Amino acid sequence: MKMRIFVPRDAAAVAVGADDVVRALERVAAQRDLPIEIVRTGSRGLCWLEPMIEVATPGGRIAYSPVGPEDVASVLDSMASNGSHPLRLGAADEIPWLKRQTRLTFARCGVIDPRSLDDYRAHGGYKGLERSLSLGSDAILNEVTASGLRGRGGAGFPTGIKWKTVAQAKADRKFIVCNADEGDSGTFADRMIMEGDPFVVIEGMTTAGVTVGATKGYIYIRSEYPHAVEAMNAAITAARRRGYLGDKIDGSTYSFDLEIRVGAGAYVCGEETSLLESLEGRRGLVRAKPPLPAHHGLFGRPTVINNVLSFAAIPFILAEGAKAYADFGMGRSRGTMPIQLAGNIRQGGLFETAFGVTLGELVDDIGGGTFTGRPVRAVQVGGPLGAYFPRALFDTPFDYEAFSARDGLIGHGGIVVFDDSVDMRKQARFAMEFCAVESCGKCTPCRIGSTRGVETIQKIMRGERVSENLALVEDLCNTMKFGSLCALGGFTPYPVLSALKHFREDFVPAPTTLQAAE
Amino acid sequence: MRGADIIAEHSKQEGATLVILHALQGAFGYVPEAAIPMVAQTLNLSRAEVHGVFTFYHDFRHKPAGRHVLKLCRAEACQAAGGDALAARAEAKLGVSLGNTTADDRVTLEPIYCLGLCATAPSAMLDGRLIGRLDEKRIDALVAEAQR
Repeated sequence: MKMRIFVPRDAAAVAVGADDVVRALERVAAQRDLPIEIVRTGSRGLCWLEPMIEVATPGGRIAYSPVGPEDVASVLDSMASNGSHPLRLGAADEIPWLKRQTRLTFARCGVIDPRSLDDYRAHGGYKGLERSLSLGSDAILNEVTASGLRGRGGAGFPTGIKWKTVAQAKADRKFIVCNADEGDSGTFADRMIMEGDPFVVIEGMTTAGVTVGATKGYIYIRSEYPHAVEAMNAAITAARRRGYLGDKIDGSTYSFDLEIRVGAGAYVCGEETSLLESLEGRRGLVRAKPPLPAHHGLFGRPTVINNVLSFAAIPFILAEGAKAYADFGMGRSRGTMPIQLAGNIRQGGLFETAFGVTLGELVDDIGGGTFTGRPVRAVQVGGPLGAYFPRALFDTPFDYEAFSARDGLIGHGGIVVFDDSVDMRKQARFAMEFCAVESCGKCTPCRIGSTRGVETIQKIMRGERVSENLALVEDLCNTMKFGSLCALGGFTPYPVLSALKHFREDFVPAPTTLQAAE
Repeated sequence: MRGADIIAEHSKQEGATLVILHALQGAFGYVPEAAIPMVAQTLNLSRAEVHGVFTFYHDFRHKPAGRHVLKLCRAEACQAAGGDALAARAEAKLGVSLGNTTADDRVTLEPIYCLGLCATAPSAMLDGRLIGRLDEKRIDALVAEAQR
């Protein structure tokens, strides 16, 4: 019997040698005349253990990690004989880091073959859409609203309300747009789900199309993600071939099809109106709101635009019911959040869990502190526009409102850990530099403010009139916060002000002891 | 395939400008200046509009890159993992700063803002191949490979 071996095709696993492992497996198996079948999966999200490979056994999948090409011969011995091996982790499903999670959105990621629609269906895929097709628009809207799902891109707007607005709009055409322009550093959940379980995104978007009466959807994927583009294209082709996209989807009266568009390296295009401009073939200039995209979106038509993770949460909600999702979470943050642990962290990766877990648990306990072994000094939550939090705020629960109450944001759920070697002046300056480079240029506070911000922080770093310039930066941040058109200029103050507030000692030079005059 | 054919092939898509610019760059390695008015005419846009799109996006090049393109992730997660020093090391080894091409046209060294490999940082991309967990040894090997 053929031995089935699972090796991730996820970009993070490939970046640390997963393809080399596959080549070694094929070579050694051929030498030994050992029949093997290699299944390329997504990643389970234990990035620090990649490449993690698994073998199917009657008792479930057994994991080995991290495996390099040089380990392959002995790992194959262990797999064939079910014998011990230093890299053998035991049953994959029993790995504590995975067992502690609540995987609703990422349940299949790392498990199934992302190229196989049959595998997707065998693991509960398309159950949600099948139920949706029998429910009809109003009942789907009730489910999505009752689930409490909020936009996972960062803004946290209730998905049910957005969909309802588009469903009620009258137009000759409507669109579904998936925002896969995951530009925030420290985030990679969109990439992982697109590479590891692309059909769940397609199913979520198709459900949206059925609900609001749209027949065309676009997935706007950033060009930095070629592997995700490839995986999504393969999945779309497979779904079309099997009647899950195109005319009369799954034998119903509904039609829906998808097209991938690739971005071109502009961070601001992750902002929804800028993304729509880009999709229309223009410069990614932010639009003033109102009108909302739900009324006047892509090509001027009513448009549902949601993040990848929002769409990917939909199939579970429709398959298992709104309550099954809403039972998780805290306060107004219902369900689960795929949290990404990144930067200088010992156990980095994707950790999906119910809202309410504290920042400290995530960084110290789940993440295991820094990989450099030095103390954690700062964590940036929510990407380049997210605040830097010190240890003193590690009791903050992962929840939209709790972070906002402490002048932070959860954004897209990325957490970047820094050790005590970080210079927070540099991080504050970088936030302004990034904004200056990526500003679309439409509004003055963002376009000019960011450049002035860089200059002023430079002056502080040179020790020029520090207290006056600090006051100036704070004033400038307020102007940007309240005067910018979108979150780029509006949220760049978060990392800057949080650095100033929580790490003041980096900006103000220690008082020099006066030398007694002789 | 000639530029005109590439433009014609994609011109029927709605909002085709980026699609066409990507296709042109895919074929030529950059977007030739002569293509801008051709795109404009085909899509019934002004030359300024197409030029505006071309210059707005970081990806599009107005001249060919070096034989190899080495992109180093310079975003926060990679900064936290020691990316600053590795970028400086690559710059010193190649003798060019980020955003430039070596005099012999062999290597273009570019910053990239996030490859989504933030839990295996610092990361890089050499001609489309991803590399994570960079350290001094690995960055030296990458630079040497790019220079070959």
